[in-house]
Amino acid sequence: MAKVKLAESKINKIKEICASFGNKPGEAINVLHKVQGEFGYLPAEVQEVIAQELNVSVAQIYGIVTFYSFFTMTPKGEFPISVCMGTACYVRGAEKVLDEFKRELKIGVGETTPDGKFSLNCLRCVGACGLAPVVLIGEKVYGRLTPDGVKDILNEYRS
Amino acid sequence: MEKINIIIDNKSLQVEKGQTVLKAARAAGIEIPTLCYYELDGVKLENRPGGCRICVVEIEGRKNLAPACATEVAEGMVIHTCSLRVVNARRTVLELILSDHPADCLICPKNGKCELQSLAQRLGVREIPFQGEQSTYRKDLSPAIIRDVDKCVMCRRCETVCNVWQTVGALSAVNRGFQAVVAPAFEQDLVKSPCTYCGQCIMACPVGALSEVDQTRQVITAISDPKKTVVVQTAPAVRVALGEEFGMEPGSIVTGQMAAALRRIGFDYIFDTDFAADLTIMEEGTELLTRIDKFTKGDKNVKLPILTSCCPGWVNFFETNYPDMLDVPSTAKSPQQMFGAVAKNYLTTKLGIKREDMVVVSIMPCVAKKFESQRDEFKENGNPDVDYSLTTRELAELIRQFNIDFKTLPIEDFDNPLGESTGAGVIFGATGGVIEAATRTAYELFTGKKLEKVDFTELRGLEGVREATVDFNGTPIKIGIAHGLSNARQLLDEVKNGNSGFHAIEVMACPGGCIGGAGQPFHHGNFDIIRKRQEAIYREDAGKPIRKSHENPYIQALYKEWLGTPCGEISHHLLHTHYFDKSKHIEIEG
Repeated sequence: MAKVKLAESKINKIKEICASFGNKPGEAINVLHKVQGEFGYLPAEVQEVIAQELNVSVAQIYGIVTFYSFFTMTPKGEFPISVCMGTACYVRGAEKVLDEFKRELKIGVGETTPDGKFSLNCLRCVGACGLAPVVLIGEKVYGRLTPDGVKDILNEYRS
Repeated sequence: MEKINIIIDNKSLQVEKGQTVLKAARAAGIEIPTLCYYELDGVKLENRPGGCRICVVEIEGRKNLAPACATEVAEGMVIHTCSLRVVNARRTVLELILSDHPADCLICPKNGKCELQSLAQRLGVREIPFQGEQSTYRKDLSPAIIRDVDKCVMCRRCETVCNVWQTVGALSAVNRGFQAVVAPAFEQDLVKSPCTYCGQCIMACPVGALSEVDQTRQVITAISDPKKTVVVQTAPAVRVALGEEFGMEPGSIVTGQMAAALRRIGFDYIFDTDFAADLTIMEEGTELLTRIDKFTKGDKNVKLPILTSCCPGWVNFFETNYPDMLDVPSTAKSPQQMFGAVAKNYLTTKLGIKREDMVVVSIMPCVAKKFESQRDEFKENGNPDVDYSLTTRELAELIRQFNIDFKTLPIEDFDNPLGESTGAGVIFGATGGVIEAATRTAYELFTGKKLEKVDFTELRGLEGVREATVDFNGTPIKIGIAHGLSNARQLLDEVKNGNSGFHAIEVMACPGGCIGGAGQPFHHGNFDIIRKRQEAIYREDAGKPIRKSHENPYIQALYKEWLGTPCGEISHHLLHTHYFDKSKHIEIEG
C-alpha cells in the first residue's frame, strides 16, 4: 500500500472543486486550472487526489499538466518574475535580460529560488510592446529593461 | 450494408460505406504501410491516432495527402496509394522518424521483428538525410518490462492498450513537442506505477522501446553448472505458438519437438506446467465447492463468486484496484508457482538434493510471470520456487543459440513424475479454459456422477465478457469469464456492487488468454494468429486420453504419497497464497 499524504483542508478543497465539475473526467483541464488557482501550483499529491476524484489515471492527469505550459508543478515564488519573450521584446534583447535574471538568481526558467522568494518564467506578449523588453514582477510592470538594470530591480525586493 | 463505388490504384471497387480507406484497400489486397495504427479485431481494440502519417494516400480533388487509417471512403473517391507524391511524402515522413531513432538495430531486442525496421527496408531507405538533436531518456528497468524510450516513435499503441483495453493507466503521453514521451505518472519508474506487467504494451510496441527482461544468459549459466539440477516446466500456451518462431504455420502443435529441444539444450528434467494446472484444478475446484457449500449453508464469512488466480497480471490488477476484495479470489497459487513449490519441496526430497542445488526454469507465454516468480512470498530464505521465467520468444532464442534445427526434431515425451497432464491442463492456455477444466472436475466431485460430455463449448469463445450457466445435476452454477482487464473490471464492479450472482469468474489479462500472452511470438496485430492458437489448444485437449484433472494418475499419486487431501495442511502451506493491498491511499497529513 502506497500512501499519499496531504492536509485535510487541501483534500477537501480539491474534492469540492472536482465535485463542482461533476467529477467528470472530461473536465480535468478545468479542474486543474481551478486547483492551481487555489494552491498556486500542482504538486504530485494534489494530482493524485484529482485523479482519484475524476476516476482517471494519475498518469493521464500528469500528461495534461505537462502538456500545457500554463500548469506548473513548482510553487511560484513570493515575487513571480515573468519575462516577456514576445516578438517585440525578443528583438529588443529580452533574452539577454532573461539570462541576467538566471545568473543573478541562480535558477532556470520554471524554477523557484530555494528561499521561495523569486520564481522565473517566460510569457508571450503582455500587450505592452512599446515598452519592450518588458518584465513583470507580481503585478508590477518594468519596461525598457536592460541586463544592467536587473540587479537594482531585484534589490528592491531583496531587502 | 450499403455499398459505394471507389477507385484505388486504378482498381474499381465496391466497398462498404463507413469504412476507412486503409481497410477498403487492404480488403482489396492493397497493402498500405502503417506504423501507429494497431488493431486486434477479435477483441475490438484499435489505436488510430492518425499521427505517424506513414499511411498517407492521394485523393483526387483534395489538396493535402490524407491518412488512410483515418479517412472514410466516399462515393466516387479516386485514391492513389503509390503515386510519386505519396511515395516521396511517405519516405520523407519515415526519414524524419528515423532521424530521431537510435541506429543500434544490430543489438536491439526487436532486431528482425521491428515494424520500423521492416518499413525502412520496404520503402528502400538507404540514408537519413536529416541530422538533428536526438532525444535521450533514462532506461527504466522493472522486474519484467524494460522501457527504452529513446526508441519510442510516439505511436501511442502502448498507451491505448494500457488505458483502453486494460484500464490499468500506467502509461500516458507526457510533455510536449520534442520532449514528449510515453511514461508513467511523474515520469517515475514502472515499479512505482499501477503497471500489472501484463506486457501487452510490448506486444503493441512496433519498435524496441518496450521489451521483456532477458534471462536466457542466467539459464545457460545454470545449465552448464554441474552442481545444479536444472528443471524446466512449459506452460500450455507455449506449445501452440513456439513453432511460429521457426516459420511453422500458426496453430502448429509442437509439444513433442519442444520437449526434444529442451532436452538437447541440456535441462536435466523436462516437466510440464500442465501437470501443475491439473494440480491447480484439484485445489481451486475443491476450494470452489467448499465455498459454495458453506455459502449455501449461510456462512457469512464465505464469499462468492470465487475468482481464478492463475493469471499474474490479473492478480496484480486486483491487488491495486480492488484492495477491499482481497478475500474474493481463490487462494490457489498459479500453476507456475505450484510447480515451483512441488519441485523445490517434493522433488528435491525425492531426488535427495538440496533446495539450493535445484534451479527451476519456467517457459511462459507471459511477461507478468517474471514478476510473479520474484514475489517475496514465493521464496524460502531468499531462494525462489521458480528461479527464472522465460518467455516463448526467449525459448526460441535459446533453441537457436544451441544450434538446434527445430523443424527436424523428433517428437519426445516429458519426464515423470511432473510431466503427465490431462486435456484439462492444456486448455488453461485459452480464455475460458481454466473454468472449463475446473467445471469438469467440480461436476464429478459435486454430483458424484461421471461426466459424459467433457466439452463445455458454452464456456469457449472470444467475446470479452461471457456468461454461462452449467447444470450440476439440478444445481445451476453461474459462471462468468473475462479476458482483458477492462472486461474484468466490468465483472468485478458488478461483484463489488453485489449484483453479480456468479458462483465463479475466470479472468485472464491477455487477448484470448495466455495464447495471446505478451511472451508469445509477435503477432503484429494479426488476430487470426491468436484464433489459430486457440483452435490448436482445443485440438490438443481433444487428443488427450485423459481430459479431467482428477483422473491424472500422477496427480492422484502425488496426493497419496505427499499432499494428503486437496486444500489439506500441506496444500495450505505450499500451494496456496495470500494477497496484498497495493493500492494508493490518500491520507490526511499530520
